[in-house]
Amino acid sequence: MSVDLRGIARPLGIGVVALIVEYLLLGTQQFANAMTLGAIYALIALGYTMVYGIVELINFAHGDIFMVGSFLAMWIMTTIFGLTGPVTNLLNLVGLLAIVMLATMVGMGVIGMFIERVAYRPLRHAPRLAPLITAIGVSFILQNVIASLFGPSPVNFPQIVPADKFAILGGRIAYLNLFIVIMAIVLMVALQIFVGRTRLGRAMRSTAQDREAAELMGVDINQTIAITFFIAAALAGAGGMVQGLYAGSIKFDLGFFVGLKAFTAAVLGGIGNTTGAAIGGFVIAFVEVYATVLGYTQWSEVAVFSVLILVLVFRPSGLLGQQLGERA
Amino acid sequence: MTAVSLPQAPSAWQRFRSTSRSHRSITILVGWALIAVILPVIVMIPPLSTFQPESLWIDGFANAGVFILLAMGLNVVVGLAGLLDLGYAAFFAIGSYVYAFGASPFTATQIPFWPMLLVGAVIAATLGLLLGAPTLRLRGDYLAIVTLGFGEIVPAIFLNASDLTKGTNGIGGIYKPELFGFKFTLENPVPYYVTMIGILAVTMILLYRLQASRLGRAWMAIREDELAAASSGINTITTKLLAFALGASTAGLAGVFATSKLTFVGPGQFGFQVSFTVLAMVVLGGMGNIWGVATGAFVIYTIQAVVLKELNQFFQALHVPILQSIDFVQYQYLLYGVALVAMMLLRPEGLFPSSRRREELHAASDEVGEVPPPTEALDQ
Repeated sequence: MSVDLRGIARPLGIGVVALIVEYLLLGTQQFANAMTLGAIYALIALGYTMVYGIVELINFAHGDIFMVGSFLAMWIMTTIFGLTGPVTNLLNLVGLLAIVMLATMVGMGVIGMFIERVAYRPLRHAPRLAPLITAIGVSFILQNVIASLFGPSPVNFPQIVPADKFAILGGRIAYLNLFIVIMAIVLMVALQIFVGRTRLGRAMRSTAQDREAAELMGVDINQTIAITFFIAAALAGAGGMVQGLYAGSIKFDLGFFVGLKAFTAAVLGGIGNTTGAAIGGFVIAFVEVYATVLGYTQWSEVAVFSVLILVLVFRPSGLLGQQLGERA
Repeated sequence: MTAVSLPQAPSAWQRFRSTSRSHRSITILVGWALIAVILPVIVMIPPLSTFQPESLWIDGFANAGVFILLAMGLNVVVGLAGLLDLGYAAFFAIGSYVYAFGASPFTATQIPFWPMLLVGAVIAATLGLLLGAPTLRLRGDYLAIVTLGFGEIVPAIFLNASDLTKGTNGIGGIYKPELFGFKFTLENPVPYYVTMIGILAVTMILLYRLQASRLGRAWMAIREDELAAASSGINTITTKLLAFALGASTAGLAGVFATSKLTFVGPGQFGFQVSFTVLAMVVLGGMGNIWGVATGAFVIYTIQAVVLKELNQFFQALHVPILQSIDFVQYQYLLYGVALVAMMLLRPEGLFPSSRRREELHAASDEVGEVPPPTEALDQ
């Protein structure tokens, strides 16, 4: 994969211009909110799109994996590290965030692989409807297990990042927002490098393209699919952790709407396309923030859903996706 | 049986089976009439009579009928046409609100109950068409997610458009049905029970006839192999759209009935749990088998309305601290989730399968490693 500068320059230019316009329209605070939300949606949308790309399954449980991720991060922080309030020492804070995030991602990755092994792999050759129904079942199992472990009411998430803000371009942004956006971008770049440059990434791409041919070339299909689920769940886990930090409290049914929005983002970007999913996440976040700014907070879900319907009607392949159309 | 045995006279059971097959509509009518008589008698027998008084049982059966109706409607979409609809409660909500708008002091109108049954069904079907038209052209998974979103958005609209729907407070004081001057009351559940049995019998006859018709065969053809169905001259989009609209209309009907019985409607009644419960009923009962899903719906409703509560009381009485702290009602959705996964893995055809569906589901899993099953071959 050679670096095609001209191929990258144009979308990058469009993106930068779009962001500047948004910034001028929304102002610093709302722009920062939209970027943060977008980063979280993008992390989840990547999981939807990767899983869909490789096994053509809409993983309904993915939003709930995100939710479990935020509870796992909360549990690690409070029970293992005994954290309740802000950590002021910068070095400690960075170290803690890194450890908690790594642990959450690995833990969620293992859970994701386990779900794939138990609920999806046995049904790989079954009619399409079967894995969709188990996915719904898994989603309800995850929600209700968390609800019975942590209770059905919202749970406080330890706010370990101090609420300090810094001044920029006449506005003030919390350090937390900056951290979330940067972390998401780092993870996404790492994912792109992994998928594009490594042996396992190549196995994933070939499996997505033609499973039988990949198998004939010596790719271990089961292992490749398991790794895809691991990565998807790990990214959702990271998203869940920063969601907790950002929102301050988490609830067992949090994954439902966030999952729906992230799925919309994945469809908007073109399902199966990782770059598209990331872009879609930010677009959906901006739609939502616009709804809030214009005073229609309670309608934001309706707005996002309308976007989904409109995309499906007018451009079912999404912004960057290949043509899917009606196939089965 | 030896090879040379003479043809025996058919046993009474065989004669009954063949008569009931050739006169299916009459059999269904007789069957529901028997059920209508037997159920109230059964609950007078201990231990059932000790759980709750008979009027509560009858009331519960009428409510169970709503879920049987929903399950039979969803069965058309999921079981016959093979489309996953995860927002089925939205159409239930639409039917309910249609009746609330048509017959409540809030809108100061009083349209009689019986025509409203049709109106609710037609409006729900129309919205089903509007939602299905853009999405049914796409692959099946999109329909699942779009209906999932639709199922959340419809209650959200009823909640947020508070000028029209009184928002979270809901619309109360909805008028009860009336038949030739006879007024239905909250105290006496029997008229509701009889009405429900009537609706169920008629719906079931229609569905069985539909299933055996050209349209029903087209649905099953699409479910089993969409490409082959299209090649055989079936207009797949229209056919799927009809399944979707028919399922929606049944839910609308159920909504009108449920609202007339509850005399209240609010956006909280139509959460994802309702869609999920109905899906569990269809899957457990046996996708594609109408009597099967009706039985599944009845069993699940009874479990959630009676058995779980009785279990709670039973374990409360045992004075074992750990068992006392378990609230079984709280775990019902966890149980449904486990049941859905287990059923799909172990017995995908459901507890009361339709023979065709069973063969289809098992044929697919037998082919592992050999010829790729049709659905997969299409995707590549």
